[in-house]
Amino acid sequence: MKEKEMELKEKKEVKAPGEGTRPGPIFVPAVDILENVNALIVLSDMPGVDSKNVDIDLRDNQLTITGKIDPVEKEGEVSLYREFNWGNYLRQFTLSEVVDQSKITAKMENGVLRLVLPKVEKAKPQKIKVMAG
Amino acid sequence: MAIVQWTKPDEASGADRLRHEVDRLFSAFLGGAEPFISHVYPALSITEDTENFYARAELPGVATEDLEISVVEGRLIIRGERKVGVESPEANYHRRERESGLFRRAVALPARVATDKVSASVKNGVLTVILPKAEEAKPRKITVKTA
Repeated sequence: MKEKEMELKEKKEVKAPGEGTRPGPIFVPAVDILENVNALIVLSDMPGVDSKNVDIDLRDNQLTITGKIDPVEKEGEVSLYREFNWGNYLRQFTLSEVVDQSKITAKMENGVLRLVLPKVEKAKPQKIKVMAG
Repeated sequence: MAIVQWTKPDEASGADRLRHEVDRLFSAFLGGAEPFISHVYPALSITEDTENFYARAELPGVATEDLEISVVEGRLIIRGERKVGVESPEANYHRRERESGLFRRAVALPARVATDKVSASVKNGVLTVILPKAEEAKPRKITVKTA
């Protein structure tokens, strides 16, 4: 297999209807979403976000992922050359599967969020006996 | 290898210069500072203070053992591989936006650095390379004596 070389993709900025209270750009993180028999797994690239600054919200099948970055550059640093901006992350999805909210797990590792959304066990078909009356 | 010369925007040549000029014009209208993109992964940010240069890149999910950083002849070279692990084979992908592959990036440094004191660290997927300035590149205050 030929080794693939990576290409730079510009960070996409969110054109959100609501504005944040703090100034600064908000970016759309790249995600992988996959599904196995038990769960839906979301992997999201959010460099600069610490695990304590990730917020996951699920209501009415609307999944919202937000990540806030800690300032990386120290005070007194002067920018010489800049190809990207630092910023927070926001992404929303509408889930088609029913998810067991109580069992959602999220882990942040090296700037990548791993979110596991376990599916609700489908109601098993039940036989209904007809009573003779 | 893709080598991007560090240049002051007004010293950039050809297409980059035009692009920068256009960006600058637009940003002047929009009031924001648009980044100057080179299209080589990873995107870099270089800053300085009186003691050091700081080169930073967003490298989420790149293991430190897959990163190789060197300083050669006034150039900072960042190379490595981003591996996006494959989940279990029975998993079904709905979306696949996260890229994987090899990357190489070189950037000429704006001034001499103390090569032996360069250090690098990764925190939350952000690489920071600290490049201490060579003594002669540090700003020096010259006291003016009265004769």
